Amino acid sequence: MYHKYDAVIVGAGGAGLMAALYASRGVKTAVLSKLYPTRSHTGTAQGGMGAALGNHEEDNPEWHTFDTIKGSDYLADQDAVKIMCYEAVDIVYELEHMGLPFNRTEEGRIAQRPFGGHTNNVTKRPVRRACYAADRTGHMILQTLYQQCIKNQVTFFDEFHVLDLIIEDGVTRGVVAVEMATGELHVFHAKTVLFATGGWGKVWRVTSNAHSLTGDGPAIVLRRGLPLEDMEFFQFHPTGIYKMGILITEGVRGEGGVLANGEGERFMDRYAPTIKDLASRDVISRAIYLEVRAGKGIDGKDYVHLDVRPETVNKYFERDGIKNPDDTPRRITAADIETKLPDIADFTRTYLGVDPVAQPMPVQPTAHYAMGGIPTDVWARVVIDGNNTVMPGFYAAGEVACVSVHGANRLGTNSLLDINVFGKRAGMDMVRYCQENDLLPLPKEPEAFAREQLESLRSRQNGRERAADIRSEMQDTMMDYVGVFREEGGIEEAIDKLKELQERYERITIDDKGRQFNTDVLEAWELGALLDLAEVTAVTALNRAESRGGHYREDYPKRDDEKWLRHSLVWRKDGQTEIGYKSVAITEYEPKERVY
Amino acid sequence: MFVMKVQLRIRRFNPETDKKSWWGKYEIEAEPTDRVLDALHYVKWYQDGTLTLRRSCAHGICGSDAMRINGRNRLACKVLIKDAGRKITVEPILGLPVIKDLVVDMEPFMAHYRSVMPYLINDQPPPGTERLQSIEERERFDDTTKCILCAACTTSCPSFWVKGEYLGPAAIVQAHRFIFDSRDQASQERLGILAASDGVWRCRTIYNCTEACPRDIQVTQAIAEVKKEMLLRGL
Repeated sequence: MYHKYDAVIVGAGGAGLMAALYASRGVKTAVLSKLYPTRSHTGTAQGGMGAALGNHEEDNPEWHTFDTIKGSDYLADQDAVKIMCYEAVDIVYELEHMGLPFNRTEEGRIAQRPFGGHTNNVTKRPVRRACYAADRTGHMILQTLYQQCIKNQVTFFDEFHVLDLIIEDGVTRGVVAVEMATGELHVFHAKTVLFATGGWGKVWRVTSNAHSLTGDGPAIVLRRGLPLEDMEFFQFHPTGIYKMGILITEGVRGEGGVLANGEGERFMDRYAPTIKDLASRDVISRAIYLEVRAGKGIDGKDYVHLDVRPETVNKYFERDGIKNPDDTPRRITAADIETKLPDIADFTRTYLGVDPVAQPMPVQPTAHYAMGGIPTDVWARVVIDGNNTVMPGFYAAGEVACVSVHGANRLGTNSLLDINVFGKRAGMDMVRYCQENDLLPLPKEPEAFAREQLESLRSRQNGRERAADIRSEMQDTMMDYVGVFREEGGIEEAIDKLKELQERYERITIDDKGRQFNTDVLEAWELGALLDLAEVTAVTALNRAESRGGHYREDYPKRDDEKWLRHSLVWRKDGQTEIGYKSVAITEYEPKERVY
Repeated sequence: MFVMKVQLRIRRFNPETDKKSWWGKYEIEAEPTDRVLDALHYVKWYQDGTLTLRRSCAHGICGSDAMRINGRNRLACKVLIKDAGRKITVEPILGLPVIKDLVVDMEPFMAHYRSVMPYLINDQPPPGTERLQSIEERERFDDTTKCILCAACTTSCPSFWVKGEYLGPAAIVQAHRFIFDSRDQASQERLGILAASDGVWRCRTIYNCTEACPRDIQVTQAIAEVKKEMLLRGL
């Protein structure tokens, strides 16, 4: 079936829905999602959305800008960061006007809480910048944006899985999607297409990401001969629930929780003597790995304990002389944990049978967030080379995009900000583009490539390989060799293994030969996307011979600004990867060593 | 590592090959702390790829995998094997047309949701900053903001089974979230919708919804609050 729209938005998380609200005000817009919109992963974000409202204490967007650039280990583009942090304030108010139920201060204003890396730039102390709605800020953003889309009668195609981007003569012409319920292919002929498809944490074994986060958008981009940017930078959050990867917020450590190894030692004393368990995410993830490697995991296994039991927390408060603002000794009670960390307590009770008030929680680093992705400019327009040449009509926003506002390491609360600011900019610029440009014709048989991919999978009758085995081996390989710690030999081993897996992927079995709701075929297609993304991640990780933010090379442990203060671009052509570079936009802040 | 042998009985239906549904029986090994979702994945990934279900976040937030597990509406990602037992029965949620296996047509449910005007209505021009709301005003509707639209409540409701036109608990919860938001100006209109014949008065206070809610929302109480508000306003 053929459809005609001005703007087609792929993905219905925060970025996609915000873009949809803005695009639909000006032009004929459709939103396609392989899920129901409210199932999108934006909904799982807990902590807050960064914006220097200054509702509790002095703050300003300039400090937010600097904190973000420093947190990025100076790889973020400073012009883009400035836009995000300055537009943050108004976009938070805009969400509030849409109905977002933020928590409130005594004065009835939006409540804010401190978060890692966000500081008063004068005193260097944490500043309350994260605007929050209980511990479900992402859920509230997703719900509010979806509500507004219903109010504005945005057209949705739910459970339409996009498989291809149509390009002709270098200009965007639309997308091809399969309607999951029927198996029918649909061609969406459009002037503009936005990819807001989210991340690809499922490349790794232990991840906080949803099953659906398989990097469909960036894989399509690679297959259409376009580059991805900074793919070697993937954030591992230090405290995921052991084996499951479900996130346990930094707030646990904010309340005084400590990490302990198998000997019961609070090991962050050694790695970050000043701020200890509140060091940045990359530092703590590396420390946990080093403990495990030294045989100091719990029972010799690959996890440590996150301990927020009042007796433990109070012991360290006393040891370190931690005081309340009124100079009384700081203490925590069981009731504090129940009221301040209710969702965390629910997760650990449900999944581990662990009551955080009475027992320590088993945790390990969990693959969390893609700093890299589809390269864009500050209007979310996709750029396709080192000179920032814009591809007409093609946009990307949210985690899938690399503007780059996060550089080598993202600060907490900046992802919820990113999706709103750049989702809005995408929607606005799509309207402008549609008004200035005509709809160009489709190429012949625009659905041919998508059909060929699906039929090729469906017809694999006698394969001996199970997709699940290949996925599992890929995830183990990436966890072991292209995770928190990386070095040349290991990454090379991973690349060899991924090549083997790609070959075996050609021989997988598909049990379901049907058309309707064939998730057997679609999961296999998603695995193909994951394998491509794993490969370009490994190749760019091998190429970048330095350590910066989330990318840590044991054989090159130092940051090297002379050689590597630049973005990577990676293409995949005829099964071979090619690497190029793009300069970092540095406006006001000269790179300095990152010390907290 | 302690491993349990588990028998799964799953109600299967493939619209392309089956005239009516049938029971698929599977034996798997699982750890007691595995989720029922893990068990279903094991079947799908290693025994029978045709098994079809929805899922995404796998930790009880996205609301994709509501299903009937041992006769009760649950999210498959929030039930552990050790709590479900060695013999587990899994069926699609009731009252919505089955598309395939555990996948049901959500559209009737979403249509009810959309019909209660589930969005903030306030036609006054907003201030340059946030609209003010006190902590107490915000707390008034906190519980119903937790809804993830999984449909576990509505499809556990006998009144909904009997009459699919009944808006159902989830739609009422979503309406409640705005009716009691101090910033909203359309509660009268929303209450009018809920006062109609397929609105709140079809609720028989059976409490299935509250028992089914994976977010621990006090659904029955929210419905009662809506009913009370109607009476107060003489609707």
